[in-house]
Amino acid sequence: MKSGNSIDWQKLRADFPILHQQVHGKPLVYFDNAATSQKPRSVIDALVHYYEHDNANVHRGIHELSNRSTNAFEAARTRTAKFINAKSPDEIIFTRGTTESINLVAATWGAKHLKSGDVILLTEVEHHSNLVPWQLLAQRTGAKIAYIPVTGDEGTLDWSRLDSLFTSQVKLISMVHISNSMGSVNPVAEVCARAKKLGIVTLVDGAQSAGHLTVDVQAIGCDFFAFSGHKICGPTGIGALYGRTEVLETMPPYQGGGEMILTVGYDKTEFKHAPHRFEAGTPDISGPIGLHAAMDYLDAIGRENIWRHDQELANYAYEKLSALKNIRLFGPKQNRAGLVSFLLKDVHAHDVVTLADQAGVALRGGHHCTQPLMHKLGVESTARASFYFYNMRDEVDRFVEVIQQIQKFFGQ
Amino acid sequence: MFDDINELYQQVILDHCKNPRNFRELPQCSCSAQGHNPLCGDNLKLFLTMDGDVIKDAGFVGSGCCISKASASLLTENVKGKTKSEAEQMFERVRDLVTTGKAEGDVGKLAVFAGVYKYPARVKCAILSWHALMGALKGEGQPVSTENEQT
Repeated sequence: MKSGNSIDWQKLRADFPILHQQVHGKPLVYFDNAATSQKPRSVIDALVHYYEHDNANVHRGIHELSNRSTNAFEAARTRTAKFINAKSPDEIIFTRGTTESINLVAATWGAKHLKSGDVILLTEVEHHSNLVPWQLLAQRTGAKIAYIPVTGDEGTLDWSRLDSLFTSQVKLISMVHISNSMGSVNPVAEVCARAKKLGIVTLVDGAQSAGHLTVDVQAIGCDFFAFSGHKICGPTGIGALYGRTEVLETMPPYQGGGEMILTVGYDKTEFKHAPHRFEAGTPDISGPIGLHAAMDYLDAIGRENIWRHDQELANYAYEKLSALKNIRLFGPKQNRAGLVSFLLKDVHAHDVVTLADQAGVALRGGHHCTQPLMHKLGVESTARASFYFYNMRDEVDRFVEVIQQIQKFFGQ
Repeated sequence: MFDDINELYQQVILDHCKNPRNFRELPQCSCSAQGHNPLCGDNLKLFLTMDGDVIKDAGFVGSGCCISKASASLLTENVKGKTKSEAEQMFERVRDLVTTGKAEGDVGKLAVFAGVYKYPARVKCAILSWHALMGALKGEGQPVSTENEQT
């Protein structure tokens, strides 16, 4: 890994073919990284190489291509374990992404361990993917859901309420590491340590953190950690669930089918151990291979460096936007992750995004899959600029200039 | 910077967005319907006062983006005095207009929405109030959502 100062961020942009294009006749400024990241040449090449040279089904073939494919698939699992410092590759289950990872826990751990009257503790800033699976589980089991309250526009949570919310009924706490709509960072290690003392199982939604800062699941002390490949320079449709071995071994299978069985009879079937017990059917094979290349790419830069770069851009954007009139800014003033959510007075977020798009600036506008949070803050939606390591300060300048033009357009 | 966008945000649209007409509830209305666009969070309620088969008065309240507000505002102006079947015919025309840029027959001021079809993400904003109109005329009382329709 390099030291932060020796990195030529501008040069890294050359690794991303998609960035070098004009949109509506203007140079593309891609500020929608919290939705999905762009892919470097090495990831695209890994996918092409797999399909051109090694494609075969995994885990059951005897022939050469199947061996290569199986080796590459399992090497990706080992690489993923290293990426988040899991103890063993057996603690890594490949899924379609964060959403499926959380659904897997709700469906299997939840079915086994939750009963009527139990409480699932969430926070008020959760993405729908960390709300709806638990609501469905609560409906099935009769469990209840409680929330750690958000404090206001800064998007930080009132952790002082944790002691009173950690009742003896609480069986699981599931919380986002970095809020996708606010950019606030939650003290997950501290919360997991307190939960562990009470025997409460912990899940951390790492969709916005895994590719942006160094993640060590053992240091965090969580039982589950979920993340998506496509937000960390990998392909879409692949993600992972980390589960601590002791917890995974208590869980029944997720889906049934091939790959997850030891022996099958007409009356009785024996299942494999984790992780294969949770991976029925032919998996996405190219996905983990692309993800492997993405993890190599990110760690060659160093996620500490990426985090610093993200934060510098976000702080710079926040400062420049703060100087504008008729703007409402969301998220914390300190320790902000690489995104800024905002609202212009009397201009709907979708109008902001449509106009910014005309100027080549890709933003996100909407409820960011956090409808209850938007409702709580008394807004329908926000506009959001989210950054990654291939974004530059001059792009932030361009973005802020565009926002000022939008204000003028709507007569402010 | 925004030369091309004037096709979408025509002056008439900007005017109706900033100063929506008939922006009020009609407490004595004959029927009403809620329109919701989950993508944008646009949420409006349309009220109609009927005199037999004729729309005597129309009003709306709610919040949304510039396109959806202007569309609702222009709708209320457009449908006043129309019969139910004339309003239904206008719905068809507006739907054609915002999805293809063309419509058969006269659409009056609503022609300002001819540029919307070039912005596929915004078609739902322009058509939302018209779905609410159809819901109100059918008297189903169910909220209409742009997610249940092709457009």
